[in-house]
Amino acid sequence: MVLILAETQKGKFKKTSLEAVTYGDKTAQLLGMESVALVLGSASGLEELGKYGATKVYHVPNQSLDNFDSQVYAAVISEAARQVGAKVIIFSHSALGKSTAGRVAVRMNAGSVSGVNALPTVDGGAFRVKKGVFSGKAFAEYELKSDVKVLSLMGNSIPVAGGGEPAPVEELNLDVPPARVTVKKLERVEGITPLPEAELVVSAGRGMKGPEHWNIIEELAEVMGATTACSRPVADTGWRPHHEHVGQTGIAIRPNLYIAIGISGAIQHLAGVNNSKTIVVINKDPEAPFFKAADYGVVGDLFDVVPRLTKAMKQFKAE
Amino acid sequence: MKLLVCVSKTPETTAKIAFTNNNAEFDSSGVQYIMNPYDEWYALVRALELKEALGGSVTIINVGPAANETIIRKGLAIGADEAVRIDAEPHSALYVAQQIAEYAKGEQFDIVFLGKESIDYNGSEVGPMVAELLGLPFISHATKLEMEGDIALIEADIDGGDAQLEVKAPFVVSAAKGLAEQRIPNMRGIMMAKRKPLAVKPPVAMEDLSVAVHFTLPPEKGDVKLIDPENMEELVRLLHEEAKVI
Ligand SMILES: Cc1cc2nc3c(=O)[nH]c(=O)nc-3n(C[C@H](O)[C@H](O)[C@H](O)COP(=O)(O)OP(=O)(O)OC[C@H]3O[C@@H](n4cnc5c(N)ncnc54)[C@H](O)[C@@H]3O)c2cc1C
Ligand SMILES: Nc1ncnc2c1ncn2[C@@H]1O[C@H](COP(=O)(O)O)[C@@H](O)[C@H]1O
Repeated sequence: MVLILAETQKGKFKKTSLEAVTYGDKTAQLLGMESVALVLGSASGLEELGKYGATKVYHVPNQSLDNFDSQVYAAVISEAARQVGAKVIIFSHSALGKSTAGRVAVRMNAGSVSGVNALPTVDGGAFRVKKGVFSGKAFAEYELKSDVKVLSLMGNSIPVAGGGEPAPVEELNLDVPPARVTVKKLERVEGITPLPEAELVVSAGRGMKGPEHWNIIEELAEVMGATTACSRPVADTGWRPHHEHVGQTGIAIRPNLYIAIGISGAIQHLAGVNNSKTIVVINKDPEAPFFKAADYGVVGDLFDVVPRLTKAMKQFKAE
Repeated sequence: MKLLVCVSKTPETTAKIAFTNNNAEFDSSGVQYIMNPYDEWYALVRALELKEALGGSVTIINVGPAANETIIRKGLAIGADEAVRIDAEPHSALYVAQQIAEYAKGEQFDIVFLGKESIDYNGSEVGPMVAELLGLPFISHATKLEMEGDIALIEADIDGGDAQLEVKAPFVVSAAKGLAEQRIPNMRGIMMAKRKPLAVKPPVAMEDLSVAVHFTLPPEKGDVKLIDPENMEELVRLLHEEAKVI
């Protein structure tokens, strides 16, 4: 059995979880197993997960699970995994996945790989799976030797498959230990796709000269439906919020399209973005190192080029 | 407060990444190493600030070979009181976590600090594993941490936002940007570090369940296609028709 943890946010399944369910289904087919999803806490519309490949959805409805504590989650997920006989347990490489997958690996005596970016291969019993390492500068293939395996899936690594049938839902009655971490408050930026999930990203650097010019970046992003990002010095000087900082010491992302505006392309910046599918660089310096990593380049003054690009995008959207 | 900070050694951020032995091993020839930035800049410094405010001690621990003592001494120079090195190659997250937990078990630390991830294998795995092995709560990606008695008030990064959390010590926490400001060791610190205790301990034996067996480099990018800055309609067309990303 392949067990996938599906996370909800504001009553809806997260995109990264739908990717994980798709990934789990394909992994299960490879292993000749069934894939089932697990949902913790208050949630509705669970049968929907069947559309993405789950043959069954298990639900532990205890409201106390709405307060996330990795220790409690790990205990509950491991117990569910034992009850359903899971051999592979799959998380998203989300905030929740990052703090829980390792704990579940310990409890299940499982080998684990975090942030995998491709389907596993099974060759004569050897189970191998790939992930990005050295901040996107290379890929590593891991071999997992344990009976039970724990994986977490990097966002945007696999397209979500739809089209299946709704799946039956079964409640699991498990002991939920008391939480030791109390969530006092959650604040989420409203209405914007978070960077790790974003397919389109518009990012800007020190070439912007100051925070007062960011309206041209926001306008372009808005027209495209993209999420905004920035280079490290921009976040460090407080021109932009730190959660926009991408790169080796910021967030690593792999969107379909990354537009870098007034960013030189230092190796530490590239480390977080060079796995993007398509990279566009706008820079007035033809020697900027970023052009070497780009698919499309525009050599010009960003204060002219960006408004023109926004206009062209608007036209394209209108057609 | 008795504080433990786990520090790892990573290639310097501009290091050229290459592999040897039929792409089965990282090629460390000519590579400069540093203390993992999250461990040095944020985890260690926040631990030192807490000690300065509340009293106690800061111990740093590294699982690694003798060559790692350069970065361990740097941690002592920044201000840690003592260090422990578990003398073993850190081959997997679980292996490292087992070694740290084994040491920490006997010591009753109030807080165990780690970085949110190491910048080489980007796992974010050692922290939750240490916490599970010690039976402690874990908070990842902390950007703020204040103590009120034995209760910690923590802000942490979550996907697309942040969370405010409360937890009673002892606990394990991983540090993200914002938790503290980087400190540069001064001459006095460097001199004092030479006399601070650095204990070397043997590892406990355990089996590796997950091992990296093969590495590849990303495919070379083709040449960049330059677009006339006057003609952004062309760029949009290419993104739609050729790259198919919009
Ligand atoms: C340990 C370490 C970790 C780091 N981690 C990160 C990280 O995670 N992320 C990160 O981003 N950086 C990181 N850095 C910093 C990195 O080395 C660079 O300093 C940084 O990325 C540079 O940011 P920038 O490109 O915005 O600024 P600059 O390097 O100053 O580049 C500005 C660019 O804008 C262009 N420009 C200026 N004016 C215009 C105009 N009018 N029109 C068009 N173009 C214009 C210039 O030609 C230039 O190329 C790290 C550094 C270290 C040492
Ligand atoms: N060999 C090691 N010795 C001590 N601490 C380590 C070691 N490797 C990783 N860590 C700690 O675990 C954190 C997360 O590492 P990782 O799980 O590899 O991303 C790092 O930021 C360090 O604090």
